[in-house]
Amino acid sequence: MKPEKYEILKSPRIDRLVGKLFEKMPEIEADRAVLITESYKRTEGEPIIDRRGKAFAHILKNIPITIRDEELIVGSATISPRGCQVFPEFSYSWLEAEFDTVATRAADPFYISEETKETLREVYRYWEGKTTSELAASYMMPETKRAIEHNIFTPGNYFYNGVGHVTVNYGKILEIGYEGLLEEVKKEMETCKVGDVNFVEKTHFLNAVSQSLEAVMEYGKRYAALAREMAKTCSNGQRKAELEQIAKNCERVPAKGATSFYEACQSFWFIQMLLQMESSGHSISPGRFDQYMYPYYKKDIESGRMTKEFAQELMDCIWVKLNDLNKVRDAASAEGFAGYGLFQNLIAAGQDKDGIDATNELSFMCIEASMHVMLPQPSLSVRVWNKTPHEFMMKAVSLTRTGIGLPAYYNDEVIIPSLLNRGLTLEDARDYNIIGCVEPQKSGKTEGWHDAAFFNMCRPLELVFSNGYDKGQRVGIETGDVTKMATFDEFYDAYKAQMNYCIDLLVNADNAIDVAHRERCPLPYLSSMIEDCIKRGKSVQEGGAVYNFTGPQGFGIANMADSLYAIKTLVFDEKKVTMAEYKQALDDNYGRGLSREKTEEITKEVVQKLLSQGKKVSEKEIVQIASMAASYGTSKEQKEKYDALLELIEKIPKFGNDLEEVDAFARDVAYTYTRPLETYQNPRGGWYQAGLYPVSANVPLGAQTGATPDGRLAGAPVADGVSPSAGKDVSGPTAAANSVAKLDHGIASNGTLFNQKFHPSALSGREGLENFTAFIRGYFDQKGSHIQFNVVSRETLLEAQKHPEQYKALVVRVAGYSALFTSLSASLQDDIINRTEQAGL
Amino acid sequence: MGIDYLGVRGRIFDIQKFSIHDGPGIRSIVFLKGCMFRCPWCCNPESQEFHIQTMMRDNQEKVIGEDVTVGQVLRMVEQDRAYYRRSNGGMTLSGGECMCQPDFAYALLKEAREIGLKTAVETTGAVNDEIVERLLPEINDVLLDIKHMNPIKHKEFIGKDNILVLENAKKIAKSKVRLTVRVPVVPTFNDEPEEIRDIVQFVKTLPGVEKIHLLPYHRLGRDKYTALGRSYSLDHIEPLSNEKRKELLKIVSDNGLKGQIGG
Repeated sequence: MKPEKYEILKSPRIDRLVGKLFEKMPEIEADRAVLITESYKRTEGEPIIDRRGKAFAHILKNIPITIRDEELIVGSATISPRGCQVFPEFSYSWLEAEFDTVATRAADPFYISEETKETLREVYRYWEGKTTSELAASYMMPETKRAIEHNIFTPGNYFYNGVGHVTVNYGKILEIGYEGLLEEVKKEMETCKVGDVNFVEKTHFLNAVSQSLEAVMEYGKRYAALAREMAKTCSNGQRKAELEQIAKNCERVPAKGATSFYEACQSFWFIQMLLQMESSGHSISPGRFDQYMYPYYKKDIESGRMTKEFAQELMDCIWVKLNDLNKVRDAASAEGFAGYGLFQNLIAAGQDKDGIDATNELSFMCIEASMHVMLPQPSLSVRVWNKTPHEFMMKAVSLTRTGIGLPAYYNDEVIIPSLLNRGLTLEDARDYNIIGCVEPQKSGKTEGWHDAAFFNMCRPLELVFSNGYDKGQRVGIETGDVTKMATFDEFYDAYKAQMNYCIDLLVNADNAIDVAHRERCPLPYLSSMIEDCIKRGKSVQEGGAVYNFTGPQGFGIANMADSLYAIKTLVFDEKKVTMAEYKQALDDNYGRGLSREKTEEITKEVVQKLLSQGKKVSEKEIVQIASMAASYGTSKEQKEKYDALLELIEKIPKFGNDLEEVDAFARDVAYTYTRPLETYQNPRGGWYQAGLYPVSANVPLGAQTGATPDGRLAGAPVADGVSPSAGKDVSGPTAAANSVAKLDHGIASNGTLFNQKFHPSALSGREGLENFTAFIRGYFDQKGSHIQFNVVSRETLLEAQKHPEQYKALVVRVAGYSALFTSLSASLQDDIINRTEQAGL
Repeated sequence: MGIDYLGVRGRIFDIQKFSIHDGPGIRSIVFLKGCMFRCPWCCNPESQEFHIQTMMRDNQEKVIGEDVTVGQVLRMVEQDRAYYRRSNGGMTLSGGECMCQPDFAYALLKEAREIGLKTAVETTGAVNDEIVERLLPEINDVLLDIKHMNPIKHKEFIGKDNILVLENAKKIAKSKVRLTVRVPVVPTFNDEPEEIRDIVQFVKTLPGVEKIHLLPYHRLGRDKYTALGRSYSLDHIEPLSNEKRKELLKIVSDNGLKGQIGG
């Protein structure tokens, strides 16, 4: 089969839908916030699960609905395209503080009207002291909070938002509808006896589920009524017929099982959208769309009631709708998740639960849909194993060639064993899909908490150099005077000790947040589609899921591997530099001027010292101290010394060049994070598992990291994911991939992320696609877990930076996702431009 | 005990991995130092002299050329076996003229084949035919440059005539090796339609050759001449226009051969 066989013409409707979607800056709407507050005020003092069910029902009953021009799949969370609702039950103060800057900030701006601001200010008054984030904060130890303040790690995602990061059992709802599910709930209710130990919790949970499902079915009917009404007044005959069909679809789904591919598409969309109405958690991932949709497709094609072209058009419409959902994040998180991404990961191909290749026509059509819409959502992924059809790879790679950064490639041969190692059954492991960026799990059975925190592996090394202190405060533990360490092992042990201590605090933070979600925001609707919540009578937040994990991700492996290797070589093996000299060089940022953070830090230290001596410091004096700190220079002599040191460092072998010794080092460094972490348990009865990927946090968190011994200057981005440091992999893409493959991807079962940037010339012609496919397979043969590509020329990116208006639609791969290049902050744009570009040589 | 081919030493100046334009699939190119030609457009001028040289790069002196054993080279080449296996790629010897170090080239090719790697050679073809005969059985693909049909112009520009090149072309074409002919197209040297036509008509007579690659002149090597303390004699030459490329490509296809621009 040639990939051309699967080229299906794009309906002209699609470009018009996309055009409309991107006409205006996305807008913040207040309706959900108002409605949930109304409901909460009425249910004060009731059990939390009851309140959540009632609030969700109240929202769905009253939130304004709309059908956009020309849509075939309907259901919008906001009236304005790409708008977003807000979720005060998780946190709100950041948004209130950013009301006046959210429209003008660099990353992911949102329009907000004065009226909406006013409404939200009013609503927010109710929420003080009632949010998950406030409760979580109160549960954390002071040293944990200090570590967060000092940017050792940031658990920001779930600290301020819903959890999301889940794939529910879509297939089941498509098949039996919510009426069928409600029937199950009723039956379960009948088994509850008043004397049961869990009678109270279980019946309340099941009631909340019932109420949520009823509300969802009614919500579908609201769309049916709206479509019917619009059809009545519609003068365009074709559109009138379309609206009547939409009305029929929404009469039936999601209440009942789908009887056609079209109904299945509509039902899917209601599930997908409403999960994001119940909670603000992102990475609600459709998962194996090509698998659970296939029976409907097959039936309609075989019976001749649907053409392939129409099926493709419906899928394209869903792809567009996935970009209609949006979420406002605080300014700092927006940098970390830049690009308006919701990380709705949809995955094609791979093997089925019995180990048979499951690639089908829809797998090809998923790729085709992304080619048609050329938008960042869904985060399209493909599963690859030895029996993945070659022509499917060629199709996938031809999408890669467009430069959109999709799809991401995942290796069944690594991920399946890694999930088995975490206790999944063989059938479940084979049926995995990806959540969000790169996180594998089994759909409909897992509460994976996959994106639980960013852990900056560079910061504990800074703590070794400062004996546990940061900005005058004790943040780590005291590991002794670094300049007195006699052997490399002693130094490395100090690093491990700081790591272990910080990981401990990380777990405290995540578990505090976990408990806060359980107590304040259990989600009955989502839980109803995750096994075994109904049977156990528990929400996923209370441990209702079959598989429970917490997956915080570490990043900066390449920097730490290169740094530790440099210290070992220069200080201990070759004795070319003393540790004191190295420490001084890091403190002085190799004589390259002080970063803003460092200036602040020195100022703070001086002021604190003065205060502790009982002296008063005026504001004017503080400004003077700061300017002195900022102009604090390095003598010419010192600078030459630092230049010589940087030169020495430059010559030391670096991770990413297929060099055995330093690569083995990187593998070991990764273990300093992945191994201790897997010994911890979470409050839902599951275990921690490490991921090694940064989303795009390597840039903002790099800005908070001092100079590192690998020659990286203070404030510069940290290496992304498991990729080598930018510009340090100078031996070509195969050498970089070989180095990365030498890490233990199996233990990082929450996912690893390897970014490569290719120049388009490397993929030209059929031969280029063949070689590219071979490249991916070669990397996967060596047990790499994930790889993704940016195929775009440096010149194009520089042009886009200069003339953003001409490159509005330029999509690039950021981290575990793609985003519109022009929506990224300038520093992140620079980072992407500076990633080593691998040309075909 | 046979001959210790792994211990044979030779002089290289680079090993480049992930090459996708020099033979089938993904390949590693081993660049051997030294060449009998002095093409003024050569994009690797540091390859021409056999002796080890220094070159200025980023304001630092860089030594060009290293003596290594076959074993050392193959250890590097071996690192990318996963990609060769998946792409039908392998090792390509280039230069310089790799056949200027015949014993080393032979040992590299033989040992590579011994461990199951496919081999290719990029060559000027301007060597003694005994050397070609000796190497051929260890080669899967030959990429042969034919630069001009006129021996006088050939000598005038490159320093040597083309007689050996054309003879070896016939010899290689008759062997079991797959032969691809490549023509560096350089304005003022061989970019006239009749000059290309002459080459194409010769290639047509070679049995089994289906493809001609036209490699348009580019200036990417220019800075290297300065770095070697040499002057670049082609400063006045403009790269080939798109129309010209198309015109020359058409000559190839008009003669029933497949043509392509670039490797």
